[in-house]
Amino acid sequence: MRWYWIDRFIAFESGRMAKAVKNVSLAEEHLHDHFPGYPVMPNVLIIEGVAQTGGLLVGEYNGFREKVVLAKVQRAVFHCEAVPGDTLVYTASVESIHPHGAAVKATSHKGDVLQAELELVFAHLRSDVGGRDLFESGTLTHMMRILRAYEVGVAADGLPLREPDEGA
Amino acid sequence: MTTPSKEEIFEKVRDVLVDALAVDEDEVKPDATLVGDLGAESIDFLDIVFKLEKTFNIKIPRGELFPEDIMTNPDYVKDGKFTGAGLAELRKRMPFAELDQFAQNPLVQDFANLLTVADMCRFVESKLKQAT
Repeated sequence: MRWYWIDRFIAFESGRMAKAVKNVSLAEEHLHDHFPGYPVMPNVLIIEGVAQTGGLLVGEYNGFREKVVLAKVQRAVFHCEAVPGDTLVYTASVESIHPHGAAVKATSHKGDVLQAELELVFAHLRSDVGGRDLFESGTLTHMMRILRAYEVGVAADGLPLREPDEGA
Repeated sequence: MTTPSKEEIFEKVRDVLVDALAVDEDEVKPDATLVGDLGAESIDFLDIVFKLEKTFNIKIPRGELFPEDIMTNPDYVKDGKFTGAGLAELRKRMPFAELDQFAQNPLVQDFANLLTVADMCRFVESKLKQAT
């Protein structure tokens, strides 16, 4: 199973903000059950997509050396439904990044319409927690690549964003 | 920058807790415990620390507000209770916390529910004093 809930980054400013697009499609199996005859993108999967946008933003800032996990959905307010044919644009902005985690504010827009507002808290798991790696080496840079973050990304120094030297 | 008064610190700490824990303003009383009365979970402390840092423009290193490492140190904890050395270490590391009552029966399981809103305010006050 591929757990991608965003399709492409359209902006990625290291340590600051990222914008990602999610195209909602009837080809997504789950929409036929949620709900039968009335397909609506589940809000939890919007949260997941926003968390992927923000989580990769926070992870990239640390060169993917930290295990970044979504720790808390502080706030999630949905103003309208997202349905097949909609293009959602998720914008995640870093409020603060600390040695032990990060706080991110985010929105989801359908065109000019504000669809959702979110506040997320990410934690950096200590390397000894769980005793195993959460992600295989290279998984996150592969995600970044497939989502085209390195095509649009800008590093903190204003230069194009580059992949980390070692597979993260 | 002038140091905020005790009332200002309390009001800001209250705002942080209302926001982080989704509790009502009037629930955040000085003697309310964060875990027992306000329902804070471990991950909320991360959020609270982030918000305190931002609100008061201070840095709070891991373990400073809640020195959890003491609980796993066999010199400080024996048979589920803090030892004399453990309590001394707690007093040293948490001068902002009211420990006298806890010290009468210092069960590790009760430690998580120790911190009150007033303790948080004293903690912030001490951090602001350090910064000036």
